[in-house]
Amino acid sequence: MKAAVIVFPGSNCDRDAATAIAHVTGTAPKMVWHRDADLPDVDLIVVPGGFSYGDYLRSGAMAAHSPIMAAVKAKAETGVRVLGICNGFQVLTEAGMLPGVLMRNQKLKFICRDVLLKVETSNSDFTRGYNAGQVIRIPVAHHDGNYFAEADVLDRLEDEDRVAFRYCDAAGAVDAEANPNGSQRNIAGVLSEKRNVLGMMPHPERLADPLLGGTDGAPMFQALMKVLG
Amino acid sequence: MNNTVAVTPEIVAEHGLSPDEYDRVLEIMGRAPNITELGIFSVMWSEHCSYKSSKKWLKTLPTKAPWVICGPGENAGVVDLGDGQAAIFKMESHNHPSFIEPYQGAATGVGGILRDVFTMGARPVANLNALRFGAADHPKTRHLVAGVVAGVGGYGNCVGVPTVGGEVQFHPSYNGNILVNAMTIGVADADKIFYSEASGVGNPVVYVGSKTGRDGIHGATMASAEFSEDSEEKRPTVQVGDPFTEKLLIEACLELMATDAIVAIQDMGAAGLTSSSFEMASKGGLGVEIDLDKVPVRETAMTAYEIMLSESQERMLMVLQPGKEDLAKAVFDKWELDFAVIGTLTDTGRMVLKMGGGVVADLPIDPLAQAAPEYDRPWVPGKKQPVLAAADVPEISWADALKALVGGPDGASRRWVWEQYDHMVMGDTVQRPGGDAAVIRLHGTKKGLAATSDVNPRYVAADAAEGGKQAVAEAWRNLTAVGATPLAITDNMNFGNPERPEIMGQFVEACQGMGEACIALDFPVVSGNVSLYNETNGQGILPTPTIGGVGLLPDVEASVGIGFTGAGDALVLLGGEGTWLGQSLYLYALHGRSEGAPPPVDLAVERRNGDFVRERIRAGAVKACHDLSDGGLLVAVAEMALASGIGARIAMDGPAPHAKLFGEDQGRYLVAVAAADADAFVAAAEAAGVPARKLGETGGDAVAVNGEAVALAELKAAHEGWFPAYMA
Repeated sequence: MKAAVIVFPGSNCDRDAATAIAHVTGTAPKMVWHRDADLPDVDLIVVPGGFSYGDYLRSGAMAAHSPIMAAVKAKAETGVRVLGICNGFQVLTEAGMLPGVLMRNQKLKFICRDVLLKVETSNSDFTRGYNAGQVIRIPVAHHDGNYFAEADVLDRLEDEDRVAFRYCDAAGAVDAEANPNGSQRNIAGVLSEKRNVLGMMPHPERLADPLLGGTDGAPMFQALMKVLG
Repeated sequence: MNNTVAVTPEIVAEHGLSPDEYDRVLEIMGRAPNITELGIFSVMWSEHCSYKSSKKWLKTLPTKAPWVICGPGENAGVVDLGDGQAAIFKMESHNHPSFIEPYQGAATGVGGILRDVFTMGARPVANLNALRFGAADHPKTRHLVAGVVAGVGGYGNCVGVPTVGGEVQFHPSYNGNILVNAMTIGVADADKIFYSEASGVGNPVVYVGSKTGRDGIHGATMASAEFSEDSEEKRPTVQVGDPFTEKLLIEACLELMATDAIVAIQDMGAAGLTSSSFEMASKGGLGVEIDLDKVPVRETAMTAYEIMLSESQERMLMVLQPGKEDLAKAVFDKWELDFAVIGTLTDTGRMVLKMGGGVVADLPIDPLAQAAPEYDRPWVPGKKQPVLAAADVPEISWADALKALVGGPDGASRRWVWEQYDHMVMGDTVQRPGGDAAVIRLHGTKKGLAATSDVNPRYVAADAAEGGKQAVAEAWRNLTAVGATPLAITDNMNFGNPERPEIMGQFVEACQGMGEACIALDFPVVSGNVSLYNETNGQGILPTPTIGGVGLLPDVEASVGIGFTGAGDALVLLGGEGTWLGQSLYLYALHGRSEGAPPPVDLAVERRNGDFVRERIRAGAVKACHDLSDGGLLVAVAEMALASGIGARIAMDGPAPHAKLFGEDQGRYLVAVAAADADAFVAAAEAAGVPARKLGETGGDAVAVNGEAVALAELKAAHEGWFPAYMA
């Protein structure tokens, strides 16, 4: 699997994503600078977490207009897999590559902790390593993770099986109690129409090494490697 | 304020210079200074920059060990980690600004300490924060907690350095003077460490980072005065942080440091361009000429005075190798940061500032730096308190006491705080906040760093020498409890007005106690910061020498946490039974009394017990470990149970059960070991001279003493509930 990680000046999970990919797949990804207008020939593009251009405006709003994002969009249209994590998810929504928007957390505070996620679909190259309905533990670390879209958009996402993950409790119950940030319908991650773009607020790259307290993030990279070689 | 402003006695006084100090200015200058020059003297001789009250005593602290690469005097301390790596760390206060404007005060505190570390060539890898607020029921406290925590998080989260540990404490003595002590640890190649000593006459002096504005003018002077009712009018002297720019500055500096372009580098912290240029030239025994018209500014019509005294954030000053300007500029252009050659090094020994074609200031560097006042302030020893007998402390049912302690302001979980800090970014956090010490992996290796911050200000207030000693010992103990070898400390000395002999006495005695512990434990001071005048309307804070400790784990996988790892393990108490309730949390939180002598630290015992525990952890014989501190044995049992969701049953007998359960005798640990190994473990301890007793076992869903149980669910509700309910 040939992977690339996009590096905005304020990215700060770019190295983490690269480390996790190298740890799980054995191959280090290429790091691509935000001012580059071209992408190398890759099978997977990761838009990592962080604060892209500071995010003093809406999170990800400026990054969505950077030279590299035009290239990412073009690659995605050809079917290349794109994974947006945290700030990367915000960038992908701002770039119009995924529906909805990430608003400030309902309680207005930054939240960094492990959350439980219900895998809603295993029908994507990102989630094939999980079983639908499985509960996994992955950390979140964000201030703006409150997923919002109009009801008809949410209905469509659900009808098309494009909700990848929802916040849940240990028994898999999806309710307000298990929702860390106020996201509509507890949505933690969504897929594009062609299912080759995934945006998610939780950080699978942070729990892909047992030393760091868990490995529930690893199957995502393993599954991608299986499909992408 | 342009140079035509007359320097009157009132202006001199406003600049915090005493008449004696001003006489010395006249002597050095050989004429009356202009306002810009006066401003420079004022900040360079401020307590904050000159350490004039504290220097004499700081010099007495031990600073050397074979693994110390650089001790105090540089931007941060440097210790050898082996394999060609070094840890660079320091703790620094941002107390006064954080009280006036909590979010920005705390945020810029984090930014400042990060710069102290990466300016030496290290990539910052961990932040810690020791926060002390007024009484929980004081009307300002919630506002300050909310702002400070958000500010610490807002800065560290964006910069992408994990905030892995720290402390939060409440006490009425901080009602008008909160403490925000920020610590950063960085990692560098041991042969690529950058210092601030300028060299090479004619070499270019380069300004990089953010533009200079009018913010923070006289921050260093503000930090060197007492507060009064009108302190909030000082809000304009608080700087505003921009963590995104800091992130760019880290990356740009580290990228340039990988080349051979930099001769010397210094961050612009307190007193901004003045102290950075002064210190670099002074250390190199050189002069410097700066063209202030070339300094990037973000406001119009800034005067020389304003440019020199601005404390705008995210700025650095460098001396480059000649001819490397283009290379360096390309790096800063890539990161979209300002870059300007603003001056050159000279051999005149003078600082000459030019603006608008003329000289606006011309001062001798060495005389100013060397003649910085140094006071041997009068001090009196603190009154020692008699030992308080356990029999003089009324007993409360242990279950009620435990619930109150783990569910009160001092003992409740700090999760509300650290969940607002990204403590996992960088992907190396092995032990998250909530334990004895944070543990991070040294990136790309199997080794680890442990870090902690500690002090019990109530102990220090009762006996500054014993309390100072205890703070160092506790940091050593916390590092030991995760399996680390303690390496060195940074000290952040927060005290009241040193012009009062009893406050100066606290400072002196705390240094004495700390020094004694540093020597006995081979745990030298490599960096630090002093914050004096923490008083409002004449009320001083509890003396608070915060100790930041750093330790090394040869094998990070061998580290242990406080949480039990399974049911049926044996609990072993190491270091003896509890007896001491004087100055304990039990006495303070449950009886409202701060009485008696604090528990004494026997440093030989401390070392013997700790060395045994560390060796056993590394041998894989320990499943969980917790040092006994605030709240003593039973609070430690409860914290270990709460961290894991696994209960514990212990057995106690004999008189004074409250002293046994809640006493704060020093040098003690509680460990969980496999049941089958328990007898051998106890025997090994005793053979090493460490008192050991099998206390009970893990398991169940309650904490039980002699068969009487309190459900973990109830303890958890109290422990986790207090902070969110308080801040709701």
